[in-house]
Amino acid sequence: MEEINNLMQGFSVAMTLPNLVYMLVGITLGILIGVLPGLGGANGIAILLPLTFSMNPTSAIIMLSCIYWGALFGGAITSILFNIPGEPWSVATTFDGYPMAQQGKAAQALTAAFTSSFVGALFAVALITFLAPVLAKFALHFGPAEYFAVQLLTFCSFVGMSKEPPAKVISSMMLGFALAAVGMDTVTGQLRMTYGFPELLKGFDFLIAVIGLFGIGEILLTMEEGLAFKGKSAKLNMRVVLQTWKELPRYWLTFLRSTAVGCWMGITPGGATPASFMSYGIARRMSKEPDSFGKGQIEGVLAPETAAHAAGTSALLPMLTLGIPGSPTAAVLLGGLMIWGLQPGPMLFVEHKDFVWGLIASMYLGNLVGLVVVLTTVPFWAAFLRIPFSVIAPVIVVICAVGAYTVHSSMFDVVMMLVFGIAGYLFKKLKYPMAPMVLALVLGDMAEASFRQSMLLSQGSLSIFWSNPLVGSISGLAILLLFWPLWSKAKDAMGHGK
Amino acid sequence: MNEPSEVPIGTRKPAFKERGPELAVAALLMAIAALVIKDSLRVGIDWADDGPKAGYFPFFIGLLLLGSSATIFFSTLINWRKNQAEFAERDQMATVFAMLIPVTVYIAAMVWLGIYVPSALLIGYFMRRYGKFGWLPTVSVSLVVPVAFFIVFERWFLVPLPKGPIENLLGF
Repeated sequence: MEEINNLMQGFSVAMTLPNLVYMLVGITLGILIGVLPGLGGANGIAILLPLTFSMNPTSAIIMLSCIYWGALFGGAITSILFNIPGEPWSVATTFDGYPMAQQGKAAQALTAAFTSSFVGALFAVALITFLAPVLAKFALHFGPAEYFAVQLLTFCSFVGMSKEPPAKVISSMMLGFALAAVGMDTVTGQLRMTYGFPELLKGFDFLIAVIGLFGIGEILLTMEEGLAFKGKSAKLNMRVVLQTWKELPRYWLTFLRSTAVGCWMGITPGGATPASFMSYGIARRMSKEPDSFGKGQIEGVLAPETAAHAAGTSALLPMLTLGIPGSPTAAVLLGGLMIWGLQPGPMLFVEHKDFVWGLIASMYLGNLVGLVVVLTTVPFWAAFLRIPFSVIAPVIVVICAVGAYTVHSSMFDVVMMLVFGIAGYLFKKLKYPMAPMVLALVLGDMAEASFRQSMLLSQGSLSIFWSNPLVGSISGLAILLLFWPLWSKAKDAMGHGK
Repeated sequence: MNEPSEVPIGTRKPAFKERGPELAVAALLMAIAALVIKDSLRVGIDWADDGPKAGYFPFFIGLLLLGSSATIFFSTLINWRKNQAEFAERDQMATVFAMLIPVTVYIAAMVWLGIYVPSALLIGYFMRRYGKFGWLPTVSVSLVVPVAFFIVFERWFLVPLPKGPIENLLGF
């Protein structure tokens, strides 16, 4: 019951007028970001982060997390109406959402998408409400070895669960770690890998990397795909919304399954994108009429949207309790916490109760506000995509450049943004995953610190990662996940041999 | 993605193969790994009196990066003939560069001219060149966007953005 009390406390923090205004601003900006190509949750928040440096941290996180919810909602609009996924996690929504729009059922598809997003998020927030305090309490007993083991688990599960070849996942991840190590070593104060460039003293900021990789990189990709935005128009009226809502309870099993997939993929750093594909796949396999998928089956909209939103939301659970983000966007929010002077991790639940519970309460409210806003303003957002790309593209480049500059007021960062942008384009084309790189860049210093502290404790022996049942089982699980691809490959090979 | 394409070669414009960029990126990552390892060795990868030296952790990172990128590098070489996967069509590459080159010029110009004037020029260039807009909408959009940025950042949030000689002339 303590959680309920804390949550009520949180609502009283989140329900103040300024915070509600920040919420609305965040949702609106978020939908805009979700609709526009090249701007997404991660880089949109990265660009706006410097503007919040002077704000009160609770209001700042409420606004930024609402941008995230807004972006999750917004991605569905372009997928359904234009067949252009505004966000990678809404690719699976296009499979059935766009056919529905072509059949003149755009309004139903949008209602279904928004509602299932809301349901997915609601389950995930409930999970956070009750699981986060438990996990935080548990993590209070963690030493450096346990922390490193959890980080190892995070990174190994990337290797194990990514669709990309393991060598590329590891390369991308290690590049992130290497970039994080550039600059002054926090323990010895020695300069590393600066090679005489004074600009590198501070190291590489992950915000710049995120803006470049996801912003400029995405714009370059969009250029390549051609720019014909030919969309269906949609008017949502209350009658269609209510009618669709009446149908939805029939799909309760799809909702439950997709939420479970989403929460699992969000907490382990699978992220929203694989969660949406996986959930779509499961829904099709479990369906009585799998052939109707891809031709405008409403379940094909429900499943990926529920899972994406559940994953996006539950990615904040490990971020808040352990300081380990489950997605690039959660990583950016984590960076925000550190900039505002809050150390993410279990102590947050002890020292900054107001902040944590205000945030959790705002997730309930933010998603509700988001649902209402998005249902009432769809035509307005669709109009944004009718602006020709020859206007949108340079404006987004300008926004990215401004965002990169304001992080440290440094021109060097803007140049680095372009470099990361080209890297992002190449990585995307060559199927290197970007999330491990961003997470490694964020967690690099922390992982290194906990590794070095563990080594100090054990006098350089790796056996410390097996020194007690807790750390041993986390490390064991990490190793298991790391070699998962090898195992499944071996199984495949044996299967072919027969 | 290693399946050879179904369309016989010669019936369409040749596209860029994936293997070239694949090899180049892997080579670049190997070079970065070498830089990481070299500098880790310089600062020391063994133990000092007070614990591991600064190069201890990055050294292993460098080794892992070298290992994984070398794997990609050599498997690309080994499968060189087999791998006919495409990177992009020629037209597609042209549109990518149509974006990349102006953006590079834009960022280079920012160093001297600040952010406002190059932004206006970039937006104007794109609207005229690719949007085929008339002068009136072009000029108005390319002026409104930087002015809006000026108001939001410099006036509202008090975050200064880089300015150049023209803004100085105007007295900012």
